[in-house]
Amino acid sequence: MADAAPGEIVIKPFDQFIVKPLFGGTEVHWYTITNVTLWMALAVLCVVGLFVLGSRGRAIVPSRSQSIGELFYGFIYKMVEDIAGHDGVKYFPYIFTVFLFIFFANFLGLLPMSFTTTSHIAVTAVLGFGVFIIVTVIGFVKNGAGFLGLFWPSEAPMALRPIIAVIEVISYFVRPVSHSIRLAGNITAGHAMIKVFAGFAAIAAVAPLSVVAIAAVYGLEVLVAGIQAYVFTILTCIYLKDALHPAH
Amino acid sequence: MADTTTAVEHGGGAAMPQLDPSTFSNQIFWLLVTLVVIYFVLSRIALPRISAVLAERSGTITNDLAAAEELKAKAVEAEQAYNKALADARAEASRIVDETKAQIQEDLKAEMAKADEQISAKAAEGEKAIAEIRANALNSVSEVAKATAAELVAAMGGKADDKAIDAAVAEQVKG
Repeated sequence: MADAAPGEIVIKPFDQFIVKPLFGGTEVHWYTITNVTLWMALAVLCVVGLFVLGSRGRAIVPSRSQSIGELFYGFIYKMVEDIAGHDGVKYFPYIFTVFLFIFFANFLGLLPMSFTTTSHIAVTAVLGFGVFIIVTVIGFVKNGAGFLGLFWPSEAPMALRPIIAVIEVISYFVRPVSHSIRLAGNITAGHAMIKVFAGFAAIAAVAPLSVVAIAAVYGLEVLVAGIQAYVFTILTCIYLKDALHPAH
Repeated sequence: MADTTTAVEHGGGAAMPQLDPSTFSNQIFWLLVTLVVIYFVLSRIALPRISAVLAERSGTITNDLAAAEELKAKAVEAEQAYNKALADARAEASRIVDETKAQIQEDLKAEMAKADEQISAKAAEGEKAIAEIRANALNSVSEVAKATAAELVAAMGGKADDKAIDAAVAEQVKG
């Protein structure tokens, strides 16, 4: 961990993910105000700005910010209704909360020098396992033991059913893991890649190429930021549908 | 470039800050706070407001469409009434024209008859006057002839017999 010697190029692609206290000190307690707190608070501010300040006119003919908010609302509402059905609409506020948090955290993370909260597995795991636990509870509350029918493929041949059931159970428990690692992995990989290219920009010979590469990866990351929020939400809707209607 | 080496170094103690468990509790705590705040902002303020606005908007649109439909029906009705009034007025006008024409025809006929009558009366009067004048003229002729004949006879030294002269003049005038 020595400082860079002259002429040596040190690339620290993971430094951007370090959690550190905002107001001095090195200890990170559970209550410490860190950069995590700051960027999550900014995400909250974005939500408040768009959905509370933006829609304060309550206009029949919406202003720009109000119509953007309505666009988000309509998009996710329709997704929940289409995938999870009418009884899934009850859980729309929670799904919308998760979507907006991931969406704004991803896009705030694209600002230079920012900290991306969704790049941390601790954050995405809470989101993923939160969905998993809620959906499983809903499944058992709504369907009782009938929820186990999700793992028992009634249309498969009798001999195959136990094997398929085992696979189904395993895949069910892998869901939250893949759900959370997908998000954190995508965001981390993209941001680390940008940092690596940025490090190479210090070498004069490859600097132009590096700058072009950064621009390209950044464009890709803009896509990924939106798509991963969308993917996380749509998977949540699909899991919710499984919980509400396990016989598929 | 010979002494340029590239090193990828890892920050912090762990290979990736994401895998450093000492920060997990901090992140989880603040994430939960964030989610709860967003959830309450949405479910208490934003979502009821947006759904109310959307419902109000669709209600307004439905009402406006219904009102437009109604106005359209009214316009069609008004057009029909207008057309009917127009047709009525046309029929009335042509009826009045026919009536007036007939009236005029009748008046004309009556006037013509009256005029004919007057003309024939005038003609008869004229004829009568002419006949009178002619009769007067004939009388005058026979008187003048008688006087002339009497004078002639007297001049010739004869004695004029009034009766013979009258007969002779009557004979001549007739002939």
